[in-house]
Amino acid sequence: METAITLEIDGKEVKAKEGATILEAAKEANIEIPTLCHHDKLAPYGACRICSVEVESGGRSQVVVACGYPVGKGIKVKTRSPRIDKIRKVILELIAPMLSDGGMGAVKRLAEEYKADVSRFMPRFRATPTRCILCGQCVRYCSEVVLLNAIGFVGRGTGRRVVFFPERASGYCSTCQECFSVCPTGKIGSETTGDVFSGFSIDDYLSGKMP
Amino acid sequence: MPRINSASELEKLRQEIRKKRDPKKLSIALCSGTACLASGCESVNEAFESELSKQGLEAEIALRRTGCHGFCERGPLVVIYPEEICYTQVKPEDVPEIVQSAKEKKVIERLLYVDPVTGKKVKREPDIPFYKNQQRFVFGPNRWIDPRSIEDYLYIGGYGALSKALFEMSPDQVLEEVKKADLRGRGGGGFPAGKKWEETKSAPGETKYVIVNCDEGDPGAYMDRSLMEGNPHSVLEGLVIGAYAIGSHEGFIYVRQEYPVACTNIEWAIKQAEEYGLLGENILGSGFNFRVKVHRGAGAFVSGESSALMSAIEGKVGEPKLKYIHTAISGVKDRPSNLNNVETWANVPLIINKGSEWFRSIGSEGSKGTKIFSLVGKVNNTGLVEVPMGMTLRQIIYDIGGGIPKGKKFKGVQTGGPSGGIIPEQYLDTPIDFDELVKLGSMVGSGGMVVMDEETCMVDTARYFIDFCCEESCGKCIPCREGLRVLREILTDICEGRGKDGDIEAIEEVAEVMADASLCALGKTAANPVLTTLKYFGDEYEAHIKEKRCPAKVCSNLINYYIDPDKCEACMICLRNCPSEAIQGGKGLVHWIDQEKCTKCGICYQLCPPRFGAVVKLSGETIPAPTPGKTVVRKKGG
Amino acid sequence: MIGVSGIVNRVVDKHGRDKDMLIQILLDLQSGFGWLPREVLAGVRKELGIPLTRVYQVATFYKAFSFAPRGRHRIRVCMGTACQVRGAPLIRDRVQQVLGVEPGETSPDMKFSLETVNCLGCCAMGPVMTIGDEYHGHLTISDVEKTLDKCK
Repeated sequence: METAITLEIDGKEVKAKEGATILEAAKEANIEIPTLCHHDKLAPYGACRICSVEVESGGRSQVVVACGYPVGKGIKVKTRSPRIDKIRKVILELIAPMLSDGGMGAVKRLAEEYKADVSRFMPRFRATPTRCILCGQCVRYCSEVVLLNAIGFVGRGTGRRVVFFPERASGYCSTCQECFSVCPTGKIGSETTGDVFSGFSIDDYLSGKMP
Repeated sequence: MPRINSASELEKLRQEIRKKRDPKKLSIALCSGTACLASGCESVNEAFESELSKQGLEAEIALRRTGCHGFCERGPLVVIYPEEICYTQVKPEDVPEIVQSAKEKKVIERLLYVDPVTGKKVKREPDIPFYKNQQRFVFGPNRWIDPRSIEDYLYIGGYGALSKALFEMSPDQVLEEVKKADLRGRGGGGFPAGKKWEETKSAPGETKYVIVNCDEGDPGAYMDRSLMEGNPHSVLEGLVIGAYAIGSHEGFIYVRQEYPVACTNIEWAIKQAEEYGLLGENILGSGFNFRVKVHRGAGAFVSGESSALMSAIEGKVGEPKLKYIHTAISGVKDRPSNLNNVETWANVPLIINKGSEWFRSIGSEGSKGTKIFSLVGKVNNTGLVEVPMGMTLRQIIYDIGGGIPKGKKFKGVQTGGPSGGIIPEQYLDTPIDFDELVKLGSMVGSGGMVVMDEETCMVDTARYFIDFCCEESCGKCIPCREGLRVLREILTDICEGRGKDGDIEAIEEVAEVMADASLCALGKTAANPVLTTLKYFGDEYEAHIKEKRCPAKVCSNLINYYIDPDKCEACMICLRNCPSEAIQGGKGLVHWIDQEKCTKCGICYQLCPPRFGAVVKLSGETIPAPTPGKTVVRKKGG
Repeated sequence: MIGVSGIVNRVVDKHGRDKDMLIQILLDLQSGFGWLPREVLAGVRKELGIPLTRVYQVATFYKAFSFAPRGRHRIRVCMGTACQVRGAPLIRDRVQQVLGVEPGETSPDMKFSLETVNCLGCCAMGPVMTIGDEYHGHLTISDVEKTLDKCK
């Protein structure tokens, strides 16, 4: 018999299985929390931080990501508050310039809901918009579900990129294409029509040709 | 070397070593810490070896290459024992004279340290004001030991604490002692070490790890380097004691690869300790087993963060872990792992030897013991200092540090590295204490203390730290990666004269979200330098944004170099050295700078003889028009 | 004569064929070859039995690794906080001006590689730059050209 944990989300009493995350518990209770890097078939990643919620337990209040924080007895969760809304608004404003050449579509609804000014940081944006928010769903899907590891992360900081590995990709990717639908901004689908990942291979990255 | 198999055998060996050495015998210690190496102590060493060999004195005079003594400003340092006569800035040419005078028990006056306040020469190392005001319990032994010699360490009492812990105390008693001492982490967090040890000890699971964090990423901090290079056994001893208390049989020492000497010296220490039975199977015949492996870092500041470091030990990228569970419970390979900083571990043998009461007698109410700081930047006595917690910033910077060079005015002191803040003059009497500095918006951090004067621009300094974090962020989470990008763009614009209204508000909002929502402490604290400079030096930001002026005259876009025609004596030095040929004029003709050609390299400013001081920096003022063809009016009396 | 794959094999063996030792293995290979050629990385993938994505993710994450040979003289300008406060940016700018390469680049004739590093740990001598293993401290902007001449 699995233990049921009782917690409170937005004033509502919710029951969840032990070991469940706040995101899972909220979903069961039909409470919506936005996500950008989460996928039900993949292990929680915690990169976008947009699912941040406030958790109060033992008199202490902290901001945590719902996708990774385990439910606990008697914790009080707030999925909306001025603090949370500001976090989500700013996250959207921060990624908007990267999506400025298309790709905004996916995020547009969220931007409207949180009243994000998507052009706020555009004038100061000096990099090339890549349409990639580095959520890692494609990388993780290929690794954890397809078990192919044809696509991966390279670099770090603002130099972090997602690249394809032709040695692994050729022969498989043109028929698989599952990462296309997993990508929240539609970047992958927009880059290729088949098995030629021109411009986004590991060799392009190492030679400095990638923007 | 036969293994030591009991506490009494260890003491017997120690007595033998002590009997063989005459403390009154003449010996020469040559500081071979990194700074002294960089200053050329290698050639001083060669000179000593050759001189001693030439005179056949190798048996009579012991030459010992020690780790860092801390007074890096005055290296290469040579200390003559037993009198402890200290010679500074020694050159290879000085060596024959040093050997001669040591033999004759004489002192070479010209090589002694001169106290700038009294003008007097100081003979003995401990009497030098730089050292006198310190309490060098942890760092002091560096002076007496060759890090490659386990016998040196045994000579000064090394591994006595381990023996006491293994044979006279139970693991719980060791844990209690460390808890009672209230030893707080020396790496940055200041978290109570005993508490972390306890959490690891009681976490479920047979296999537990203990880890030494020698990633020391804060730029300007090199305490851990000097401890690891100069006294690796002290760290090792502390680690084994901790492992015993916690119930761990396997450990890791993570050293950044930018410290090759530290890597070599700790590997050497491990090998020796194993030979002597002080590490490995059945330590000292106690039945306790513990083995340790060295992992080199590969160049990432973020991998100094506990969970990222543990990822690196697993051979992965140094990304912090998502899990909301302490690494003490689930760390390396999801097993309980206790990570502490080098200096924290090095304090453990002291606590076991001298007791928690002794440790608590030093320091302030909330912060016990001593802390090693790297006192660097615009300060006269640059080096590593160890002081009791509770000493004030002013005492450290002025009494020990000797104040600001060249008569410049103090502006601020940066503590806590890229996660810390810059503390202004009005708080100089704040005691160094984990909690006190947090109240000011900074932190003790790993111990880097960078002194800044009137010629440091605070906006430029904030931009520098943001730049650093941009490079070093792992890039996984949006608030940190993209937040830093935006902060960098805004601060660069402000420094280059493109600051706008609303910039400060944008900085503050982004900083707030970074602090709330980032995955790890790097992202959460990266904005601290910006926030503290805004708080304490807001007027500099105003000047940059509203007046396009840099009060400290640092930001190149906002300054111009200008030659005062009334001061210029047409000596031609700047003219000849200008790499862009931007200076016009000639012999007897006042020089002037063609602003179109000037690349702001700063060479003319640096080269103009101080007695003329004709080259000045202007900011936010109109540059007076040049007066070509003007002749110099030579001043009488030079 | 042992080939590339033989060397990789030896290094992987030295570290017990343990996947956890990937970074240590790459450090040894970087040190031996001076950079990480494609065949070396492919060899590591094969010998350790890990995905190629993981090898490259780690190799591109850490600054110690390079994917192109470095120049004969490796010049590193310290940009640590203490050196920063003592004027390191102007030193770096002057070095760039004199050498004609940006940090992270190697000169086309392979004579120089220029890097900026975060802290060399000899803050008392700041501003500092190293040329190979030689330290040059207390640098002034006008010293830079002479100092670099020494090894040209």
